[in-house]
Amino acid sequence: MTKTVSDEPAFVPEQGGPRDAAPFLSVRDLRVHFPTDDGLVKSVDGLSFDLERGKTLGIVGESGSGKSVTSLAIMGLHRTGNARSRPHISGEVVLDGEDLVAADADRVRRLRGRKMAMVFQDPLSAMHPYYSVGKQIVEAYRTHHDVDKKTARTRAVEMLDRVGIPEPHRRVDAYPHEFSGGMRQRAMIAMALVNNPELLIADEPTTALDVTVQAQILDLIRDLQKEFGSAVIMITHDLGVVAEMADDILVMYGGRCVERGTAEKVFYGPRHPYTWGLLGSMPRIDRDQTERLIPVKGSPPSLINIPSGCAFNPRCPYADVPKGGITRTQRPELTEDDSRHWSACHMSQEERTRIWTEEIAPKL
Amino acid sequence: MIRRKQALAITAVIAALSLTAACGGNDKKADGSDDKGDKGYSGATASLVNASDAKGGELKLWSPQDVDFLDPARAYYGFVWNLQRLYIRQLYAYDSKPGAAGTKLVPDLAAGEPVLSNDGKTYTVKIKDGVKFEDGSPITAKDFKYGIERVFAQDVLSGGPTYLIDLLDQGQKYPGPYKDTDPNKMGLKSVETPDDHTIVFNLASANSDFKYLLAMPSSSPVPAGKDEGASYTNKPVATGPYKVESFASGKGATFVRNENWDQATDTIRKGLPDKVTFTVTTNPDDMDQRLLSGDIDLAVDGTGVQQAAKNKILKDANLKKNADNPYTGYIRYFAFPQTVAPFDNIECRKAVIYAADPKSLQNARGGPTSGDLGANMLPPGIPGSDKKYDPFNLTSGKPQLDKAKAALKACGKPDGFETTIAVRNNRAPEVKSAESLQAALAKIGVKATIDQYDGKLSSSTIGSPENVKKKNYGIIVMGWGADYNSGSGFLQPLVDGSFILPNGNNNYTEVNDPEINGLFKTAAAAATPEAAAPFYGQINQKVMEKALYLPINFDKALIYHNPRLTNVYFNDSMGRIDLAVLGVGK
Amino acid sequence: MLVYLIRRLFNVAATLLVVSAVTFGIFFAVPKLTGSDPALMYAGRETSETALQGIRVKMGFDKPISEQYWVFLKGIFVGRDYDAGTEVTHCAAPCFGYSFKSEAPVWQTMLDRMPVTLSLALGAAVIWVLAGVATGVVSALKRRTAIDRTVMVGALAGVSLPIFFTGMVAPAVFVYSLGWLDVSNYKPLTEDPLAWLNSMILPWVTLAFLFAATYARITRATMLEVLGEDYIRTARAKGLKEGVVIRKHALRSTLTPIVTMFGLDLGGLLGGAVLTETTFNFQGLGTAAVAAIGQGDLPVIMGVTLLAALFVVMANLIVDLLYAVIDPRVRLT
Repeated sequence: MTKTVSDEPAFVPEQGGPRDAAPFLSVRDLRVHFPTDDGLVKSVDGLSFDLERGKTLGIVGESGSGKSVTSLAIMGLHRTGNARSRPHISGEVVLDGEDLVAADADRVRRLRGRKMAMVFQDPLSAMHPYYSVGKQIVEAYRTHHDVDKKTARTRAVEMLDRVGIPEPHRRVDAYPHEFSGGMRQRAMIAMALVNNPELLIADEPTTALDVTVQAQILDLIRDLQKEFGSAVIMITHDLGVVAEMADDILVMYGGRCVERGTAEKVFYGPRHPYTWGLLGSMPRIDRDQTERLIPVKGSPPSLINIPSGCAFNPRCPYADVPKGGITRTQRPELTEDDSRHWSACHMSQEERTRIWTEEIAPKL
Repeated sequence: MIRRKQALAITAVIAALSLTAACGGNDKKADGSDDKGDKGYSGATASLVNASDAKGGELKLWSPQDVDFLDPARAYYGFVWNLQRLYIRQLYAYDSKPGAAGTKLVPDLAAGEPVLSNDGKTYTVKIKDGVKFEDGSPITAKDFKYGIERVFAQDVLSGGPTYLIDLLDQGQKYPGPYKDTDPNKMGLKSVETPDDHTIVFNLASANSDFKYLLAMPSSSPVPAGKDEGASYTNKPVATGPYKVESFASGKGATFVRNENWDQATDTIRKGLPDKVTFTVTTNPDDMDQRLLSGDIDLAVDGTGVQQAAKNKILKDANLKKNADNPYTGYIRYFAFPQTVAPFDNIECRKAVIYAADPKSLQNARGGPTSGDLGANMLPPGIPGSDKKYDPFNLTSGKPQLDKAKAALKACGKPDGFETTIAVRNNRAPEVKSAESLQAALAKIGVKATIDQYDGKLSSSTIGSPENVKKKNYGIIVMGWGADYNSGSGFLQPLVDGSFILPNGNNNYTEVNDPEINGLFKTAAAAATPEAAAPFYGQINQKVMEKALYLPINFDKALIYHNPRLTNVYFNDSMGRIDLAVLGVGK
Repeated sequence: MLVYLIRRLFNVAATLLVVSAVTFGIFFAVPKLTGSDPALMYAGRETSETALQGIRVKMGFDKPISEQYWVFLKGIFVGRDYDAGTEVTHCAAPCFGYSFKSEAPVWQTMLDRMPVTLSLALGAAVIWVLAGVATGVVSALKRRTAIDRTVMVGALAGVSLPIFFTGMVAPAVFVYSLGWLDVSNYKPLTEDPLAWLNSMILPWVTLAFLFAATYARITRATMLEVLGEDYIRTARAKGLKEGVVIRKHALRSTLTPIVTMFGLDLGGLLGGAVLTETTFNFQGLGTAAVAAIGQGDLPVIMGVTLLAALFVVMANLIVDLLYAVIDPRVRLT
């Protein structure tokens, strides 16, 4: 760390809070349903999780699993734009004791970018092409801080420097298209962090970047998290991305959580066949190239017609293991198998432990 | 020599685009237009309406057609000749009186009637005392001669009528004043100016029409010192009650009082308004609206209101009393070039005439308010004309298919034949007329193809006998109005064999009949227009007997004038409301 | 940038040269090929061969086409002389010749008519851009509501109704029936601003209605597209107020295609808003062109065509320059 961020009190993360005992972020039974001409799209359907300050939650799933919708719902971004295309949102998103689903739109707007910020997947399309990077950071800062342009600009340069952009004084006036992909994502992160948010949601922050840059960006996010003490939600389809970063991991499938637990437990004792599939499709440097990738067969379910029973049953190689076709008729509940490890599967815990240790783990 | 080139392109654009109710259906109402019960309707056609000598005000004249030229030597549009009555004078002019009196020429700048000598070949005219140009300089005989000489400079001053060249050049090949070798530019031999007040014209042969030519604007005096050649049209020197204050081609002109005009020298003009403005519009329907709302005074182009306004006027007695439906002096007709088979055979020509549906043709032109059913080839108003002379019974209004078929048989084409109708593409009524005839001919087995040619190029399309033959134009749709109010002015270009030209021909039938040609000579040699009239009647009969033309109608126009106008009357020689006496009431 | 500008100006000159050559070819060379004669068109009707010969010499029709073209071009820059043998008329630069019909210098005619067309086009442009963009934005933001549908039906009407219809109906209603406006007579702005305004309102609105409708539709479509962009989501994620998101982020991107369209439309209109001018009886460049074509007035046709081409080409250039100002990604090279 070459320079510290400004030490004005306003920028120091608020410590504690009124409900110290409660988690910093608590999502309860979150549902996000989009009415469309073809039917109701249940993008997120009954999702719950907690996140503490300073911790990182990795939300993992294929595209269409509802992970991005979840992040937008937390940010309140589904409540903006055209009224006709807004989804129905229910459940609770309690951030630092305040329910964002129930709060009025303007209140959520004020929190957005200030208390919670977001880093998007493709920084080229996520930054306005007509405004310089500096201007966009300044705008983010001045929206929540009543300061003059000069102060805000100084702050922007400081942030660019912090995220590792060389010659920030010069680059601050450059346009997004003049940056390389990695630099652009750094700038994006600078913009997200300019207000010292307590919650940072990173939605596939490295997908658009090449592998070496990916690592740098992840390192950067990790460093910044330590420095600012923010809570981070890392959304990705790639378990590898969160492997080294996340404290907790939440696996989503068909708009629901199928497995949740500490990173260690999910990685070393995964309890859901879908998680097994994800692990199998994860590139690993220490493995032989030939047997490396075992992708999950089939395609993600339609969110309008979610398969009855276990949503994963059409793709699950073990769908017939539980007797009586229960996987096709009854939805498995998310149950806490052991301490801080939940999964939703009809197979018995012993069966799954056996399959994991005997059939899956050796191949990985 | 088409005196009134009406519907210009802009009018055509509007007409074509505005889809006005010209599609028939209103003819029933238009039929009622001849009702004598409408008080005031067509009042100005026969008598002077709203007489007054009150001066002042601005007379607002509009036209969808721009003037061709303000230069007296170059103007040829009928309405411009009417406008010119405001600012230029000639030796003789049509009297400003309603009825037949208005077709009489009376001395204007001349002190009296011309003195004829040398067997009617020499005209000696004395010029009035005290007449002046707008700059105050007196008008002399030399100015008249110079004005006439200008007509000869066709390379610089094109556009106007050239009758004077035909009569006065007499083999001299005078090039016009600009190339005149005479230091005083007075090189034209046939015109002499023994003194400032006397001008002598020596004709090669007697000509009863010559006075008409002296009454044309092209015989106006022009001061040599003020002549700017081609650009004289932008500021012609005035001799009438008004002078040109400003003129912009395509936009209009403003005329203001000419302080050097003396009412005492002028028995024709009144000079009542303080100012006369002439405005060119691009939207005839808008012009009609302004006219009916009283915003402007008169549409001087003389083609009448558009269909929309026509319907409105005929339905509303309050409007109708300010409207007239006079003859325009035009005949609309089909001509049959005798060089194109089978129209070399008179029976085939008759077949077409009998097969035509006169009522349908009248409707094609806009119904009865647009003209009476045609009967012969001499329009009402011209001495010698007889509206009732109808050798083909066209005024019955019905096609005569039996006679048509009999004529076809006599022609040796009992099963019909194929031919081409040539029509200007920029005149909707002419195109409709052609379509009407096409449909009528189909009934007797004659298959006519319509060829719409570029109307701008008519002088080289149908005006070229060679082209007519090449394109097989058996039937030509046209219209014609006289340059001056005489049988020769109307008929000679159409049927005198000596008028057949390789280009710009108007004798489309290419009739070159010694008897007809001879009658023109006889008529010209007559002492007075009155004496000449019967000869033109005879020519008309000869032409009809030869079945060279199918007259469609005697053209009429529905003209509306602002009721505030005073001294409103239609001059019979012009077929227009005379601008010379108009005043603007309060 | 300077290099770019010079290159583009060179292109402008080249384009105009081509346009002038083609126009000259069409109007002077083609009549000759088809047997028609410009001298005849000048004369307006049949006249004697001697007179025609005089006209040919004076106007230079007797010279080869290439030489006539060269003299024409030269006339624009240094003026030219018309030599009738006995008298010489000098036409000072920029000389586009004299009208066949009225003998008026074409350049003077165009100068005289330009203010009319300028007033009409610029005034209407202001109205249609403001109205079109505003309704388009509102419509996009209120997508699929009654407001949106009403506006879009209105826009469809605007696009479909021809000028000569709206131009006919508008005065009938507002001038003759309701009497809200006086019967209009065009007066130059410098002469009588009130009369000018009075005469301009209906033509402006009529012309603007047509264009505003198109602009509203384009704005709406573009706006909807832009609102779906990632950077709009980013702007919202920053906590910006919705108004700021729309104005500062969405609108700016939406304007890009509008600017292009606007430049071309305005450039085209400056060459003469033919229908509007005709309908409202405005003696602008458009009516001059139509009248000239109707009468075969070659010099006027040439002049107006070149002027119109100049407007279009310059508008194009300005649009491209503006583009670079609006969108930093565009490089002028």
